[in-house]
Amino acid sequence: MAYRWDFAPILDNWQALAAGIAGTLRLFLVCLVLGLGFGLLVALMRIARQRPLRWLAIGFIEFFRNTPVLVQILWFYFALPMLVAVEISPFMAAILGISLNSAAYSAEIYRGGIQSIEPGQWEAARSIGMSGFQTLRRIVLPQALRRVLPALTNRGIEIFKMTTLASVVAYVELLHQGKLVASLNFNPLEVYTVVGALFFLILYPLVRATYALERRLARSD
Amino acid sequence: MAGPVLSLKGLGKRFGASPVFSGVDLDVASGDRIAIIGASGSGKSTLLRCINFLERPDEGRVILGGEPVGEARQRGGGTEMRYDERALNRLRQRVGMVFQQFNLFPHMTVIANVMEGLVTVKRLARDEARPKALAELARVGLADKAEAYPAHLSGGQKQRVAIARALAMEPEILLFDEPTSALDPALVGEVLNTIQSLAEDGRTMLLVTHEIGFAYHMATRVIFLAEGGIYEQGTPDEVLKAPRRPLTQAFIAGHRRFNF
Amino acid sequence: MYSWNFAPVLANSDLLLAGLWNTLALTFVALAGGLPVGLALALARLSGTRSLSVPAGIVIEVFRTTPPLVQLFWFYFGLPIVLNVEMTPYLAAALTFTIQSGAFFAEIFRAGIVSVDKGQREAARAIGMSSTQTMARIVLPQAVKRMFPAMMERSIELMKTTTLVATVSYADLLYQANELAQKTFRPLEVFTAAALIYFVTISLFSALGALVERRMAASGEMAAR
Repeated sequence: MAYRWDFAPILDNWQALAAGIAGTLRLFLVCLVLGLGFGLLVALMRIARQRPLRWLAIGFIEFFRNTPVLVQILWFYFALPMLVAVEISPFMAAILGISLNSAAYSAEIYRGGIQSIEPGQWEAARSIGMSGFQTLRRIVLPQALRRVLPALTNRGIEIFKMTTLASVVAYVELLHQGKLVASLNFNPLEVYTVVGALFFLILYPLVRATYALERRLARSD
Repeated sequence: MAGPVLSLKGLGKRFGASPVFSGVDLDVASGDRIAIIGASGSGKSTLLRCINFLERPDEGRVILGGEPVGEARQRGGGTEMRYDERALNRLRQRVGMVFQQFNLFPHMTVIANVMEGLVTVKRLARDEARPKALAELARVGLADKAEAYPAHLSGGQKQRVAIARALAMEPEILLFDEPTSALDPALVGEVLNTIQSLAEDGRTMLLVTHEIGFAYHMATRVIFLAEGGIYEQGTPDEVLKAPRRPLTQAFIAGHRRFNF
Repeated sequence: MYSWNFAPVLANSDLLLAGLWNTLALTFVALAGGLPVGLALALARLSGTRSLSVPAGIVIEVFRTTPPLVQLFWFYFGLPIVLNVEMTPYLAAALTFTIQSGAFFAEIFRAGIVSVDKGQREAARAIGMSSTQTMARIVLPQAVKRMFPAMMERSIELMKTTTLVATVSYADLLYQANELAQKTFRPLEVFTAAALIYFVTISLFSALGALVERRMAASGEMAAR
């Protein structure tokens, strides 16, 4: 006997799911800005002249890329309060885990972009008297960022997917709300299908946009 | 101006253990036009790049307009040169360089390329910088290309924009690092003509080039680099028409096809 | 000032190691399954037949564009209902990660296959090889060497993604760590230890991968990059 799909309870609970989407978006935007922003700082440290800065950056990147995000989130939620005696909310723990992880990945993306700019650009800028910092700001970074935009967009999509991990520490995002609705109505199949579909609907246009961006950049190179 | 525009005293550079050149002494007076020639690997470009410190010399001093660059410090058994980054940045405002690969900034228009030094380094307001930049573009014959992007220019046009960019900074001396070597032969002429007109303005220039014929007509002095230093120097007639030393003679003989 | 005490961690190290073992086992199973699934999906996607390429495309896009945790929940909580089967955490995890990694591998395979010069295919057909032989003897061997770095990266990602199974109570390293933390009231030491174990394990596999990559590059097999 085939299963009878029933999406009605989900429609009845649309507000709970909407609250979840709001939470997802909020977490996503914060982590996107913090992750990609801090990542640029780490990338600059990674290529700095001073060795201590470089080593700090390398250590940070290696650690946060080689440990799973969920472990990081749980560490910030359960372990950090023991060390620092502050209240770490689920939101905070998720932000710390996801942003620091994304910063490590995006630092490598930025670094690749900067190092792909040919030395002639640096030399031309230095030869008219620009400082290293001015060269980065006016000449190298504008070109580098353009080149790595597809990779950064991909990273953004990954961050969006990572927000679901915050449900593990009971942050109110879409998956968390889905679990709630499923437990109330005993319809996990429909709920998780809808949750999956919602993520797909939001992310798929971004994925297509990234492909298009990649193709445009490949052509203009 | 009294005294030479540029003085090199005992300049030397190594890459690792192998020396590129050493013991280079050179005085460049205002209006001098010096052509530096030599075989590939003789260190011509490296020498030029030591003058604006894109490479750091390992020995010797660079003296620009009477002021020595950097500080000599006693370290261990000998002297060590210390250079301040900000002082070097200021020096590079006074020394202009034109590269073999042009190195125009692709994400900026032609006029923005020429203005960039004025706005970012000299901190001029954009309305002040723009007319100056346009004047330099007109000087090289490309005022009509001001709003174009480098990608749409020919090689010869790009190099002329690069020259305008260097001129905009009003440098005391211009360095040309093989400015036509990367150009299609058909486009070499327009760049050489531009450089020639700068010569007629009385600009002080150092030109690393393979264009022996051009060097003969334009230069006031020719320097031949070989065996890790200045092997022979003199007037164009001396070095290019009647070289005295064997390596110079061999080099010139190899370039006989240049009709000068 | 907090006083660190790793004694409870060391005392229960056997639990943590058992968890690590399960993590590795699950990763291995998902890899072993994901590679063939990925290849099949890639070939389907590249085939001219729409009845193959369209569904393959859908599977690939859906599994790459939805969060793995949602997929896991769907397979663990949802699938048993429609298929009327018993689903264990391990089974759900193995299924989810096999298909999920398969979708990512499919894109890597596809890029690698497409990157092999068309002339290679033409030369093979010109001496009479069938398209299957061409793929198996000429295209894939060249493609594989180029895809290796991306494959390695994806496999490392997979190892990290397996931590998600702790949420459905599969006894991997993270699950064990969580249990241990609650039992000993020493979350700082336990989670720090768990993070370090992951870090060391993953770094080791990364280093191994980099070594193999360098060996392959040295022998010129990846020269056409």
